[in-house]
Amino acid sequence: MTNPVQALNSARVRGWLYQALFLACTLAVAWYLVSNTLTNLANRGVATGLGFLHREAGFEIGESLLSYTASDTYLKALVVGLLNTLAVSAAGVVLATVLGVLIGIGRLSSNWMVNRFATLYVETVRNVPLLLQLVVWYTILNRLPSPREALEILPGIFLSNRGMKFPVLVEHAGHGWILLALVAGIAAAFAVVRHGRRRREATGKPFPTLPAAIAAVLLPPALAFIATGAPLAFDVPVLAGFNFEGGGSVTPEFTALLIGLSVYTAGFIAEIVRSGILAVPHGQTEAGLALGLSPGKILRLVILPQALRVIVPPLTSQYLNLTKNSSLAVAIGYPDLVSVSNTSANQTGQVVEAVAMMMLVYLIISLAISGFMNWYNRRVALVTR
Amino acid sequence: MSKQFPADPAPIPTAPVPPAHWAASYEEEPSQASAPPQANGMTALKPFGWAKDNLFNTPLNTALTVACLFLLWLVVPPMANWLLLNASWSGSSEACREAAGACWSVIVVKHRLIFFGTYPYDEQWRPFLACALFVAMLGASGVRAFWRPWLAVAWALTLVGMGVLMWGGVAGLTYVPNDRWGGLPITLMLSVFSIALAFPLSILLALGRQSSLPAIRTFCVGFIETMRGVPLVSVLFMASVMFPLFLPEGVTVDKLLRALAGMTLFTAAYLAEAVRGGLQAIPKGQSEAADALGLSYWQKTMLIVLPQALRIVIPPIVNQFISAFKDTSLVTIVGLYDLLTAATVATTDPEWRPYFAEVYVFAGLMFWIFCFSMSRYSQWLERLANRYTRR
Repeated sequence: MTNPVQALNSARVRGWLYQALFLACTLAVAWYLVSNTLTNLANRGVATGLGFLHREAGFEIGESLLSYTASDTYLKALVVGLLNTLAVSAAGVVLATVLGVLIGIGRLSSNWMVNRFATLYVETVRNVPLLLQLVVWYTILNRLPSPREALEILPGIFLSNRGMKFPVLVEHAGHGWILLALVAGIAAAFAVVRHGRRRREATGKPFPTLPAAIAAVLLPPALAFIATGAPLAFDVPVLAGFNFEGGGSVTPEFTALLIGLSVYTAGFIAEIVRSGILAVPHGQTEAGLALGLSPGKILRLVILPQALRVIVPPLTSQYLNLTKNSSLAVAIGYPDLVSVSNTSANQTGQVVEAVAMMMLVYLIISLAISGFMNWYNRRVALVTR
Repeated sequence: MSKQFPADPAPIPTAPVPPAHWAASYEEEPSQASAPPQANGMTALKPFGWAKDNLFNTPLNTALTVACLFLLWLVVPPMANWLLLNASWSGSSEACREAAGACWSVIVVKHRLIFFGTYPYDEQWRPFLACALFVAMLGASGVRAFWRPWLAVAWALTLVGMGVLMWGGVAGLTYVPNDRWGGLPITLMLSVFSIALAFPLSILLALGRQSSLPAIRTFCVGFIETMRGVPLVSVLFMASVMFPLFLPEGVTVDKLLRALAGMTLFTAAYLAEAVRGGLQAIPKGQSEAADALGLSYWQKTMLIVLPQALRIVIPPIVNQFISAFKDTSLVTIVGLYDLLTAATVATTDPEWRPYFAEVYVFAGLMFWIFCFSMSRYSQWLERLANRYTRR
């Protein structure tokens, strides 16, 4: 039988002891904080719990994807905020990717001037705080001319201090069918790509995958379009009195946030794209040439698969950053999740619940995106011996 | 082998840096690949040759060059007119209304407000001196020859000096409560204090994440992933509205300290991932050799692992410092008076309201100068580190 003093020499026993001590300290601190919080809340006469979610919110939200009025519940207000966050993030991710890839390629261009332009962009955008950029975009958009002197940046698209107005398709019964056909086309394209790869691997003969896939995606909607009698009419915004009528619109807040987030994140994405392409050794291109592949095929079959392996993980974390940065919306008055939670917290006094829910939602989004990244990494990881 | 690319393992989302060995070799030989060596007799035609090789070598490049030139022609003359030629440099807002260009007099009039916020006007030499001291120390810390233990002492003295200058109350200086502070000193102090306080915390978190004790590891992983998963704004909200609730009755913590606490916790999580990258880059043989010598865990960590790991981690720490510097602008959301808030306040003066662009250009330039020089410095550090590890 070992006596207690000797037992202390065992790393295992000491490990358990340290952990027990650590847990005890953590629990003590947590208990202290929680009890303080409860006392403070009781003193202020603030209720606890999630009951407030079902009470009437009583505040308006400037823009919403759902139909929302001040008489709806807090829960609905928070859902509206979450949807606004997701909407601006999704649009931002698409725009930032397009812009970032273009500028990243520009950074690698052998054309001196394009190269300098891209470098100037990256160095400017990355070294100025996003919040400052957002405030600047918002101020600019707010001080645009009134709708009567709106700027027509593209035919039918108007910018004014009321936001951006653009034409939208007039709804028609045929659109549902066209959409359905498009979904079917995408499914067919996946099948075509799969079939093409199998045939190439089995027979060694090249298969025109790309043209076949494009045809598979485009043909069904085109047929549906003709079959349903070509319903293509646009509702173009027209100036009537002091404001525009018709068309779709986005608010200055949304536009400023979208532009700011995309422009800022594109600077980071450009650097990721650049380093990803540079990370593929030049010998790979030369080997492809030696095998007699065309430049297009070298890019598609040799360079891109290897570059994407380097690009995708940091790219995902940039998407994540963009989503988290959309919380800066609160500074320019776009009703995102943070902004709505903040208003709810101010009205009900239930700060702890509101902040905890907000953090939890962001955490879930983050975990979902990083889960996807891990899955992708496992799929494309180099299989080494 | 991971040994060759020490800075690689930790992906730091805010500042993606290309693998250093590529950036280095790419920048050292800028146009070797695209510009074939010229024959000796061609030297007289060199500018033409250069333009032909770099601007007009293919039809696509020619088109791009023309497009760029058109863009320059579109942007540069109006910008130059607005920024310099037609700008009004001094005088009242009436002079500005007549000038077609930028109104730089708004900066002349408002620069004290932008830099020092609502700090008592006659005492503003104190924050100025504090900032100058701080920037001088920042510059000195960049010199490798000064990386000696006394630098830490000098920093401690500087911070005490800054505190004395800002607060006053001793040596004949009048006392200035910190809700009167504002502008550049707030931005500088928040960023440097949050990094300085987060650094030791991040080492503990990184070691905890590598620990073999499950309770400690779970706690550290949970903390790091939570902080990295939520936006800084929400952390700042938590710090500003929830910290007061955590404390016993009657105890209040000042707004600045609360924001600092929030930023420190947030920065520590990101720094911990950078430090973990350094820890993972140390070959396992090192800690096994330390075990074989009979060193205890803390001896092994302090004497063998950390000195090697932290040297690798210096460039990511500088990158994190740049992010923290930019992120301090977010404290404006919880009502602190930093450089950006001060700039925004300057634009709300009815007399100077039309000249918001000038104020924001100026504030942006301030941030840009700091961030750009630090990012150049971090790139230089990375090349340096690479030169030593690459044989």
